[in-house]
Amino acid sequence: MSITAKNIVKRFGSFTALDDVTLEVGGGQLVAVLGPSGSGKSTLLRIIAGLELPDSGTVLYHDEEVTDSHVRERNVGFVFQHYALFRHMNVFENIAFGLRVRRWPKDKVEHRVNELIQLVQLEGLGRSLPSQLSGGQRQRVALARALAPSPKVLLLDEPFGALDAKVRTELRQWLRRLHEEIHVTSVFVTHDQEEAFEVADQVVIMNHGKIEQVGEPGEIFEHPANPFVMDFLGDVNVFHGRVEGGRVMLGDLAVDYPDQPHQEGRTAKAFVRSHELEIARSWNGRGSALKAEVVQVNPSRGVVKIRLISADFGLALNVDVAWDRFADLRLSVGDHVYVAPRRVRVFVEDYAI
Amino acid sequence: MLDVNRRILPGFGLSLGYTLLYMNLLVLIPITVLAVKASQLSWPEFSEAVFNERAIAAYQLTMGASFLAALVNLVIGLLIAWVLVRYRFPGKQIFDALVDLPFALPTAVAGLVYSSLYVKKGWLGQFLVPLGFQGSYSRTAVVLVLIFVSFPFVVRTVQPVIEDLDADVEEAAACLGANRLQTFTRVILPTILSALITGFALAFARAIGEYGSVVFVSGNMPYKTEIAPVLVVSNLEAFQYKQAAAVAVALLVLSFSALLAINVLERWSRRRYV
Repeated sequence: MSITAKNIVKRFGSFTALDDVTLEVGGGQLVAVLGPSGSGKSTLLRIIAGLELPDSGTVLYHDEEVTDSHVRERNVGFVFQHYALFRHMNVFENIAFGLRVRRWPKDKVEHRVNELIQLVQLEGLGRSLPSQLSGGQRQRVALARALAPSPKVLLLDEPFGALDAKVRTELRQWLRRLHEEIHVTSVFVTHDQEEAFEVADQVVIMNHGKIEQVGEPGEIFEHPANPFVMDFLGDVNVFHGRVEGGRVMLGDLAVDYPDQPHQEGRTAKAFVRSHELEIARSWNGRGSALKAEVVQVNPSRGVVKIRLISADFGLALNVDVAWDRFADLRLSVGDHVYVAPRRVRVFVEDYAI
Repeated sequence: MLDVNRRILPGFGLSLGYTLLYMNLLVLIPITVLAVKASQLSWPEFSEAVFNERAIAAYQLTMGASFLAALVNLVIGLLIAWVLVRYRFPGKQIFDALVDLPFALPTAVAGLVYSSLYVKKGWLGQFLVPLGFQGSYSRTAVVLVLIFVSFPFVVRTVQPVIEDLDADVEEAAACLGANRLQTFTRVILPTILSALITGFALAFARAIGEYGSVVFVSGNMPYKTEIAPVLVVSNLEAFQYKQAAAVAVALLVLSFSALLAINVLERWSRRRYV
C-alpha cells in the first residue's frame, strides 16, 4: 500500500508548518522523515494519519483518496513518542483494543493478540500493566497494539525519542528486522540522523516546512543536495571562502573545484567531514595545508576525535583520526600540525535573494 | 513507620503531630462528646430514640435523597467539567466561577429561593405544579435543594483529572478504530472513575449533613419530608438533648459506613493502574 501526500499546506496561525509538501512512499517501504524540531515532520505524519487536517492538498493511500476520511476509518497503525498506552488495561487488553472495538469474536482476538505478543517478544507479560514495564517494553506494546488490526500503513512519531541510548539502538535494529518480516508500508519521524540512516530504505530530510532532499541513505550521505543537508548530517567542518577559476580559496587553503570554472569570484561554503581531514606532523608542499594547534584529544568509539584551532584562520576544526594513525602521530595537546582536506564539498551561495 | 527518624523528608514527626492534634480538636473530640452524651441514655431509651418509626423514616429520606442528589450531580457534574475543560466559549470563566456559588451562598437563602420558585404561585411552580411536579414541600423538593448545595463537588474533583488526560491516548484509540462513545467508555471513563467516585462521596456526605436549606423547602412533615438533621433539632427544641445526641450518633454511624463503602469502591477502581 503506497502513500502519497500531494501539495500539503498546513498553517498554525501565522506559522507555516508545511509549505506545499509532496511526498511519495512506495508500498512496503520503510521511510524515515528526518529534520530538526519545528521542521514540520510530525505534522506531515499526523496529516498522513488523519489526526490533523491539511489546509490544502490531498492524501492518497494507494490511489484511494483519504484526505477527508476520519482517522478511525483509515486503518492506520500509529505509534506515539510517549507510548500512549491505556494505563488501566494490561498488555493483552491494550493489544486487543483495536480488535475489540471492531467486535472480533473472543477466540480470534485471543489468537491474534498472542501472535503479536510473540512478534514483539513480550511472552509472559500479557497480564502486566504498562506501569510495570520498561520504556522499551512499553513501546513494543504500543507497536503490537498498532499492528494488531493489520493496518494498511504504520506511522511512528519519534518512536524511540523517550528511550535511553542503548535501548534505542537495540529497538531500532529490531524495528528493521520486524519490517523485513511483515513488510507493512511504514513512515517514521525522527530527529536523530543516525537512527534514520540505520533503519530506513529511504530518508526524507525536512526543514522549515519543506522537503530538502529525498533519497537512499547512502545517496544522501554521498551527495547531500544543499548546505542544510550537509550541515544537518553532522560531523562536518564549515569553511567560508571564494570560488574562482576552478579553485576554491579558503584562506591559505586552495582546493581544485572544476564545477565552477568561471573567472568571476563567488562566495561559497565548503564542507569537510571530520574523517575527511588529514593531519600531518610536517608538510612536503604538495597541495596546500593549514597550520593548526591541537587543543583537545578525545578518544571515542572507533576513532580519536581531535579538536584543532587554526590561529591564522580563526577557525576551530574537528578531525576524526583512526586509532592506528593516532598512534603513529602521537598527538598531544599543544602540538602544531598541518591539516589538509581529502575531500571538499562546495556550495556556491545563491544569488536568488 | 518504624524508622521515623531515618526519613529523607524532614518534619515527619512535627507534621504527624499537627495532623493528630487537629483531627482530635476538630473532629474526634466533638464526636466523642456526642457519643458520651448519647451513652447517658439506657439501652431501651436509646433504642426508642433511634429506632422509632419517625426516626427511621427520617434516615431513609436523608440517605435516599442524598444518594439521589449525589447521583444526579455525578452525571451533571461530569458533563459540566467536561464542557469547561474541552470547549472554549464566551463567558466560560464566569460559568466556571458560578460553579462554586452553592458553596458561598448561605444555604438558608437557597432553601427560601427554591421553595418560593416551586410553590403553586412561584415562577416555575405555576407551570410545574399543574403537571404534577411538586417542587416544594415534598420529597422532590428535598432532592432538588440537595442537588444544589452539593453541586460543586463532582465538577471540582473531576475537572483537573480531565485536564490531565493525554490527548495522544484518545488519538491512539481513534487510530485503532474506536468511535467517540467507545473511546469515552473504554478509555476515558476508567481513567476518571476514581475522581468521579471521590466527587460522588463528597457530594453525598455534604447532602447528608445539609440542614439550613432543607428546613425551608421540605415542610418538615414527620414520616414524609422530615430529614434526620431536622429530627435532631426538633428533639433539641423539645429539650430532649440525649435523644438528639442519640439520633445524631445513628446518623453518624450510617454516614460513616456509607463513606467507608464508597472509599473502598474508589480504591478498587484505582487499584488497576498503580
